[in-house]
Amino acid sequence: MGRFNVSNQYKAIVIGGSAGSFQGISRILSALPTDFELPIILCLHRLKHVRNGFVEALNIKSAVLLEEPEDKENIKKGKIYLAPSNYHLCVELGNTFALSTEEMVNNSRPSIDITLETAAYTYRNRLIGILLSGANKDGAWGMKKIKDRGGLTIVQEPSECMIDTMPAAALSLTPVDYVLTIGDIIEFLKELDRKYKQ
Amino acid sequence: MQQEIEIVDLRRLTEVIKNKYNYDFSNYAMSSFKRRVQRIIELYKFASVDALIRKLSEEPPFFREFLSEVTVNVTEMFRDPSFWREIRDHILPNILLNHSSVSIWHAGCSSGEEVFSMAILLKEMGILDKAKIVATDIDVDVLQKARSGTYPLKNMDINQKNYVRFQGNQSLDRYYREENGKAILDKSLVEGISFREHNLVSSAVFSKFDLILCRNVMIYFNQNLQNTVLKMFHESLFKYGYLIVGSKESLIWCEIANKFIVVNNEEKIYKKIKD
Repeated sequence: MGRFNVSNQYKAIVIGGSAGSFQGISRILSALPTDFELPIILCLHRLKHVRNGFVEALNIKSAVLLEEPEDKENIKKGKIYLAPSNYHLCVELGNTFALSTEEMVNNSRPSIDITLETAAYTYRNRLIGILLSGANKDGAWGMKKIKDRGGLTIVQEPSECMIDTMPAAALSLTPVDYVLTIGDIIEFLKELDRKYKQ
Repeated sequence: MQQEIEIVDLRRLTEVIKNKYNYDFSNYAMSSFKRRVQRIIELYKFASVDALIRKLSEEPPFFREFLSEVTVNVTEMFRDPSFWREIRDHILPNILLNHSSVSIWHAGCSSGEEVFSMAILLKEMGILDKAKIVATDIDVDVLQKARSGTYPLKNMDINQKNYVRFQGNQSLDRYYREENGKAILDKSLVEGISFREHNLVSSAVFSKFDLILCRNVMIYFNQNLQNTVLKMFHESLFKYGYLIVGSKESLIWCEIANKFIVVNNEEKIYKKIKD
C-alpha cells in the first residue's frame, strides 16, 4: 500500500494553474512515467493572443507530448491536453472536448472554473482535480464542483506557491483532500499510476 | 438559482422551443448550452428552468431576447491575424486567378466584426467592389448591430492590436469615427453586403459561394449537427471553393472529409475538391 492509499476509480486528471505555476507544472510533466495511464487536462492561464509557443515550451521538459485539443476530439488514455489560447476548454458527456469562445470568466479565457466544472459534471467521482499557484480565484469554484460530485481534490501547498491566491481561494471555498508540495504531487501521481499497472 | 440544471431540464426546454418557435437546440453541445441557459436564468432571475420554460411558453416576444442571450456573440476584428494574412496573401489571389469576382458567405456573423475585417482587407487589396458578400446569423438583433457597425470603443483596443499584427496598410482608426464612447465604422465598407437572417440548424442552401467563413460557430453544436451543417456548406460551395473554420476546429472527423483537402491546417482552410 502506498502513502496515499489512492484507488484506481479515476478516469481523468485536471490541473489548473496561473501565475507562478509554470515551473511546478514543468516539474510534474518531466517526472511523469512516459506511459502514464490517465488523460491529464491542463488549463493554465496564458497570453490570450499568442496562439503558439506555450505548448512547445511545456513540451521541452514533458515526458509525454502535450497537445492542444480540437473541438469534439475524443479524450484518450495516456494523453496530456492543454487548453488552447483564447478558448474555454470544456469536457462533454461522451468523453470529448468542446471549445467555446464565450465571455471571459474571472477575467480569463481559458477559465479554469469552466474546465474543472465541465470535467466534474462528466466524470463525477472519477475525477482528480489539482490546483496550483495563481494570482486570482479562478479554479476555486471548479474545485468545489469536483468535491461536490465526489471527485478527489489536491491543492498546492500555499507556502510553496509563488502566488498563493488561487490555492487559498480554493481552500476557503471547499474541503480539499490533500494539500501537497509539487514533490508530493509527483509522488501521488506516480503512486496513482502504479495502481493502474498492477 | 442554487439548483444545478439537469439534462432532462434542457430536453424539456428544447422541446418547448422547438414546438412553439420551430428553432431546434437539441443538437447544441451540451456543456456550453447548459452554461448559456444557466446564464439566462441568473440574468433574468428565474427561480428555476421551469420558470424560464413558462416565460417562453407564455410570452413570445421574450423568445427574441432568449435567442440573443443563448447564442454566443463574443468576437473580435482580425481575430487570429495570421489567418487574415493568409486570406489576403494566398486565398483571395488564388480565387481571383480564375474569377473576375469573389462570392463570400460569413455564416454565423454575430455582431459583424469579421465581416468588417473582410471588407477592410478587400478594400486594402483594391477589390472590395469585386466581392459579393452575404453575412447571416440566427439572431436578427445581432444582425442589426452588425449592420450598424457600432462597437464599444473599449473593444477597439484589441481590434487595433490584431490589425497591427495582421499588417494592414493603414491604421485601423482610419476606418471609424468615435462618438459617445462608441466606434462607428465607415458604412461605405458594408454598402454592398447583404445581412440576412439564417439558421444553420435548419440547413437550407440558398446560394453558392467561392469562400465560406464559419469560424467558432460550430463549436456550439454536437457532432451530428456539425455533420449536417458541413454537408450544407459543401453544397453551398462551388467546386474548388474554400471553407474556413476556427483555428481549433477540424473537418477530419466529419462524414464528408474526403470531399475536401486541407489547404492550411494551422488556419483551418479547406478546399472542396469533389461534388
